[in-house]
Formats: sequence, C-alpha cells, structure tokens
Amino acid sequence: MAVKVKINGEVREIDAPEDMPLLWALRQELGMVGTKFGCGKALCGACTVHVDGVATRSCSTPIGSIGESEVTTVEALGQTDLGRALQEAWLEEDVMQCGYCQAGQLMSATALLLRNPEPSARQIDAAMSGNICRCACYTRIKSAITQVAESGVAKKGKANA
Amino acid sequence: MPEAIALSRRTLLKASVLSGGGLALSAAIPMVARAAAVTGEAQGTLNAFVTIAADNTITIVGKNPEIGQGIKTMLPMLIADEMDADWDQVKIVQGETDAAKYGPQLAGGSFATPMNWMPMRQVGAGARQMLLAAASRRWGIDSAKLTTKLGKVIDPASGRSLTYGELANDAAGVAVPDLAKVPLKNPKDFHIIGRAIGGIDSPKIVRGEPIFGVDTQLPGMVYAAFERSPVFGAKLVSANLDVVKAQPGVIDAFIVKGNGNAEELVDGVAVIAKNWWIADQARQKLEIKWDNGQWASHSSKGYDAAARKLMADAKPQETLASHGDVDAAFASAAKVLDAEYSYPFLAHVPMEPMNCTALCHTDGSMEMWAPSQTPQGGQTGVAKMLGLTPDKVKVHITRMGGGFGRRLTNDYMHQVAAIAKHMPGKPVQMIFSREDDVRGDFYRPAGWHRLRAALDDKGKLIGYDDHFITFEIPGPGAYNPAAMSKDEFPAKFVPNLRYAQTKMQTAVPMGALRAPTSNAMAFVMQSFLDEVAHAAGKDLPTLLLEIVDGAEKEPDSMGFTGPAPGFNPARLRAVTKKALEMSGWGKTMPAGHALGFGYYFSHMGYFAEVVETSLEGGRINVHNVWAAGDVGSQIINPHGALNQVQGSIIDGIGQALALAIEIEGGAVKQSNFHDYPIPRIPVTPKIEVEFVKSDNSPTGLGEPALPPVIPALTNALFALTGKRIRTLPIDVKQLA
Repeated sequence: MAVKVKINGEVREIDAPEDMPLLWALRQELGMVGTKFGCGKALCGACTVHVDGVATRSCSTPIGSIGESEVTTVEALGQTDLGRALQEAWLEEDVMQCGYCQAGQLMSATALLLRNPEPSARQIDAAMSGNICRCACYTRIKSAITQVAESGVAKKGKANA
Repeated sequence: MPEAIALSRRTLLKASVLSGGGLALSAAIPMVARAAAVTGEAQGTLNAFVTIAADNTITIVGKNPEIGQGIKTMLPMLIADEMDADWDQVKIVQGETDAAKYGPQLAGGSFATPMNWMPMRQVGAGARQMLLAAASRRWGIDSAKLTTKLGKVIDPASGRSLTYGELANDAAGVAVPDLAKVPLKNPKDFHIIGRAIGGIDSPKIVRGEPIFGVDTQLPGMVYAAFERSPVFGAKLVSANLDVVKAQPGVIDAFIVKGNGNAEELVDGVAVIAKNWWIADQARQKLEIKWDNGQWASHSSKGYDAAARKLMADAKPQETLASHGDVDAAFASAAKVLDAEYSYPFLAHVPMEPMNCTALCHTDGSMEMWAPSQTPQGGQTGVAKMLGLTPDKVKVHITRMGGGFGRRLTNDYMHQVAAIAKHMPGKPVQMIFSREDDVRGDFYRPAGWHRLRAALDDKGKLIGYDDHFITFEIPGPGAYNPAAMSKDEFPAKFVPNLRYAQTKMQTAVPMGALRAPTSNAMAFVMQSFLDEVAHAAGKDLPTLLLEIVDGAEKEPDSMGFTGPAPGFNPARLRAVTKKALEMSGWGKTMPAGHALGFGYYFSHMGYFAEVVETSLEGGRINVHNVWAAGDVGSQIINPHGALNQVQGSIIDGIGQALALAIEIEGGAVKQSNFHDYPIPRIPVTPKIEVEFVKSDNSPTGLGEPALPPVIPALTNALFALTGKRIRTLPIDVKQLA
C-alpha cells in the first residue's frame, strides 16, 4: 500500500513500508538524493529536511508519521527568497570543503532564520549544533548565516508571511 | 596499464614516513610526456587535459579525486593560468581513472600541490604554445611576435586577435612542444593563480544535485548491506541466510568469503534489496557464527597495560636513530626529565559513509563508481582479486564526502566488486551504516612513548631518548601507517639522542589519518619539549629557536613529488616568530586565560600555532588560535587554503578534546557520533591565519596545519593549570 507524502508542494506516492525513514524514501524510492545519509540516528543532521518549516532529521522520521504535513527538501530550497539568499551566501563565503553535510546545514540554517530572523551568535550555535561538518567549515557557516541575517531577507520574509 | 604509477597506499605511506619534508620515492613527472602524447583524439583536444570548443569553452580535466581539499578547482587553475584562459570560459570535468593518460591520481599526503605545481603549469603553457603556433600559421607571423590574453591570441602590431575557440582545431594539429622546456609565466603575471576562487562544484552542492559517490543511480540498481565480524580477524563459520532471505523486500543474501587480506576483503554476509534501508533492516535478523580466533581477548586496556610495562622495564626491540652517547649524557646530566605519553586509536568518520557502486558486465569486466582517494590502487586491487587485467576494471571517480585518509584503503571497492560478481548484469551499491564505518575502519594506531631528556647545569638539552611502543599486524605485508621517522624533530639537533621502538601485535586494522604519524607525534614531542623548556626556565618557542640556532638548511633530496627541499631552520624561525607576533605572545592574559604554543613540520609545510584557552565549569574553551604557516612561494587558491587551515585546526582540537576509539573484546566499542563526538559548531574558536611566503615551490595544505594545534592546546592548559596532559584525549578531571 502506497504512502502519500507531500514533498516540495507535490503529493508523492511511495510504495514502501510505513516505517521506512523519509531519508531512504527520498533517496532510493523517489531518486531525490540531495538529502544525505550520515548516521541514521539523528545525530549528525546531514539528512535535515523541513516538515512544516521545522528542521527535521529525515533518517529518523518514518514516512507513515508525516500525514498531511509538508516536507521541503534541499532541492526546493532555492524557491524562497530566504533559501536563495542562504545558497548565495554559502557560495560567496565559499563555505564548503567536501560539501556532503551542506544540504543539511542549509536546511537547518533556513529553519533557524524562518523562526528567528535575527539570531545571536549563541542562538546560531544552538540551532546549528545538531549538524556536524566533519571538514569543520564552522567559521564560514556562522559567517554566512550572520550575513543573511544582517541582510534582513529573513525578516522581510516573515513580515510577508 | 603500461608503466603504471598506480600509487598504492603502502608506497604513499612508505614515502611519508621519512618525516616532514623528505620524501623518498621517485614517481615524478611522466604525466607531462603523456599529456603530450594524447593529441588529436578529438577536435579541439590539445592534450590529455585541455579541449577547446568553437564556442570558446575550455574544458579542463581535473585528474585527482576531490575529497573536499579543493583539488578539482585548483589543478585546473594552474593549467588555465598558464594558458592565459579567461576563468569564466573554463569548464572542469572529473578525469576517469587512467594512469597512462593522467599519471598519478591520488588524494593523500598533501602531495597534489607539490606533485602538480610544475606539470600542470607546463600542460597549460604547452597548450598556449600550440595556440600561438596556430595563430602564427594563420597570420604568417612569427609566433614570438604574438601574445595572449584571456582566451585570445593577439597580434600587438596590428591589434587583431583570434579567440582560442577559433584556433582550437588548428592548434590540435600542431606538434606538441617539449613541455619540460616551454616558457612558464613569471609569478607576477598570474591572473588565476592566487585568486580566491570558490569550489567548482559548490553551486551544485547548495542545490542538492547528485554528485557524490553515494548519489550514483543506475537503472535497475539494487543496494547491499554487508555484515562483517565486529571482532577483527574473525572467520565466518555459518549464517542463517534462509531467515534473512525470507524478510520482506529482500532480493538475496549470501556469504562472501574473504581473500585473506583485511585491507581488501574479509568474510561477511551481503544482504541485497531494492532499498538499502530494507537490506539493513533484514540484516538485523542475521545470526552469524564467527570463529573469533586469537584476537577476541584484545582490548585497549590490555594494550595500555602491556605498553606501560614495556616502557617501564623492557629494552626496545629496535633502534631507529642513535646519535652521540646517550647513556653518558644522562649520567652527566644536572637534570633528567622522564615522562610517558600516550594517545588512542582514532577513526576517520568522513560524513559520506563508505560506499561504492559496481556493475559486473556479462563479459566479466567490472565497472565501478568509486569514492576513493586512490582509485588507481582500487582498480589494480580489484582486478587482481577478480583475476582480471586492470583495463577490465573501469573506475569512475566520484566526488567524496570527505576522506581524511579513510578512502586510501579500498576495502569497500573490493567488497562491492565481490558482491557484484555474484550478480552479473545488475548494478549494486553497497553502503556502510555509520556503525559499520566506526567499527570497520582502518584506525590511526594508538601509541605510547617513554621520553627522557637530559639537561646540563646551564639548562641546555644534551640528551634525548624515546622508547616508542607501537603495533604490528602479523602476516605478510604488515606495515605501520604511523611509523616513527629516525629524523623526527629534534633528532638531528640534539647531540646525544636515541629513538627506539617495540611493537605489540594486533589485528586492529591500521590506516593513515590526516597528517599520519604527525597528528600524534606533534602532541608527544612538542609537549615534552615544552616540559624541557619549563625545566630550563624558558618557553617552548625560545627553546625551539635555541635548538636550531646556527643550523644550516639540510640538502634538498629527490623525492616522491620531485625535488624535496631539505628541512630549513629558517622556515621554522619565520613561522615561529610570526605566530608569536600575531598572538601577542608574552602579553598579560585576562584572568583564567592562558596561551600555549606548538610548532610542527609535516607534509613539507611549516606551522606554528598559538592557542588561547580557559576552563569553565569543567569545560575546556578554546577562544583563539593564531596560525602561521609556510607552504612556499604561492598560495594558489586562498579560499581553499584558508578553509583547509581552519578545518585542520578544529579537527585537531576535536581530537584532543574528545576522540578515542577503544577496543574491547577484540572489537570497537564506539559506534556512532554519540560516542565518537566529532566537534560541533560551538567548539569553533576565532582563527587567524597568516601565510609566510618563502622562496620554495608551493606545497600542500590538507594536513600540516593540524598537528601543532594539539600540543598548543595542551601546553596552554599546562600554562593555565600547571597540570601536564600526557594522554589524549584530554581528561578534564586531571586539570582540576
């Protein structure tokens, strides 16, 4: 029996058991491989997606648990002003080394600025603590987030919402 | 593979054992000759690396595997600059594994910069000469009167110009110049080298496009989970395959027998499904009977007890270095220091778990999509295992989610090849779980050092003695990826010195971890030298400068990467002075803060680093790190260079603060990021980096910034608390 999940604005039917984690449904049932496998235990954040705008570890989220909620993945990140601003800041700061964790970092950063458009340095640390970057590009992750926060794009988005 | 230079991990490590700069292996620069030989393949193809299209797109092959070190961007920068290309017209493609065409393709040892600095520039300069020759023919003007700029050949006399695209096909027909003799640019004329250029794949990464090994998708592909014994060296006796095969969604389950080489293939059970999660779930139902053999009783605690006994009582098995009369120096010493240092096994844990995709074609040949730091080694290894010639194993190089040395060992390539061979015509992707990764790595070996130092009545260091306890894996081809060099600093600078070692036997797989040997040795030696400095009433930088005072530069040697500059005390002095100046060394610190210093020379790079630390409620804070590095005359891509240094520093701090792999019952106790806590964002200190330019050919940055930060931190903690850290990771309770 197919499980229905709304992903990036589209209802997708997934022919898989309800307890299959969203990560593996995205990657290997739907071919959406932008969301990454890192630990399988919600410890590293590489698999972060948004469920109703909230940063969620897809490796530990069964597809049967999502219901009517809306899933957003990195593939759709560029469809909002905030997502695009973060992508651009990531490139401008040349944040990444290997880049494998960055989809998850970007999804966590977007969720942070959605809920708190002007985070303090400590709030950035707290919100991003669930995302490991093994290359330790943390200096640049912080500075890219700060740059976008200071640009006011997140605030504007919130006002329009 | 004719005259293959497929560098195995072993040769690589053998090369790096010779410490710091001296690398002794000759595999230098045949790619230049090869590049010249591959002309006329396709229209507009000037050599193996450069193809120019009529629309002026210049396609440059990035030959080396990209693990995040920025090499896919950097090597083409060298070619493009010497070609006088406009960077905006450059498109970079990843080279396939092909030793004959590209020479060595390897991500390791910080080798890529020194190995390719000249050859890649020569490839670009050769292409430029060919374009000049083509324009010269077209216009009937001596090419010496022509010039190039941003993708055009220009005739300065008339002002006319031709784009490279217009000249490409003619240029491809020009005889290839002798690349060893083509004129190279004066560095002041570089227009791409030295520019901060973002990673070439970064736009794809922020959009989540499929570019990593594990993103490989092929029609009809299935997924494999591979269960191995948690106990190293175990042999599989039997498994309940029927139960696993009966699990929903499982396509197959079968036993894979090892080939006797733990670096290639060990016994295990492959579970195949159309989704990896299904395979992994089914695998939880596996009941395997293992013959654990002699290693199941081994443990980190046991190793530690045995090593401490050896250090206390035993004579070393073998001498590595012996200068002067050590025993006499200690007999005459006014002061003797005697200390034991130790450090644990470490895992690599790159973010992208080990994986590989393979398709066994029906003719028996193998095609692989391999995230490997040594794809050529993987190709020859898999070919040998399967009884094929290397040309029957095609290896596509994928981008990798980190390496850190883990992907120098191609066990996962062998495993998936063995699995794919079982199911010809069916592409299969094998993925490690994180638990498989943490418990099935090739670990930075643990090590122990009993160090003694003799000081005379003036506080001068007159004797130095190290008994190093390390490991060996019994059996043919055993080697130690963290072997100690006879030249380990301060070997040549203390009149009476002895380095000796004793090996304990283990089956724990060992491998090179970023800055192999150095990542442990810097902690040990720079901490102990800090002890010596304190005993002599001075600080570590002062002691280091005294130790090398008056010493001449060592002679250059011919190394793995071409001419290798000998150890140069002037470079040590320069980075040390710079780091002291940057950090304000000696200044009054805020209450509860202290500075510590560490220096190290590894992978041909000199780094001096100062750490500012404090303790707060049982937590160690690292506030600032100042790093001064000398990696030669030119920083090729400042973006990538700085990123490597920043990352290395945090990596080192993370190791010092928290990381250890422990062996219990012959297996690894840790399993995932909860008990192998890679540093997270709050650890990040403020990091200031300066590169001290020197008149030396540029060298790599993947590794040399890491080692000195560890002793800089432990020395800062000593300055803060008076407690000496002699065991890693740091036990904060010892500082109370």
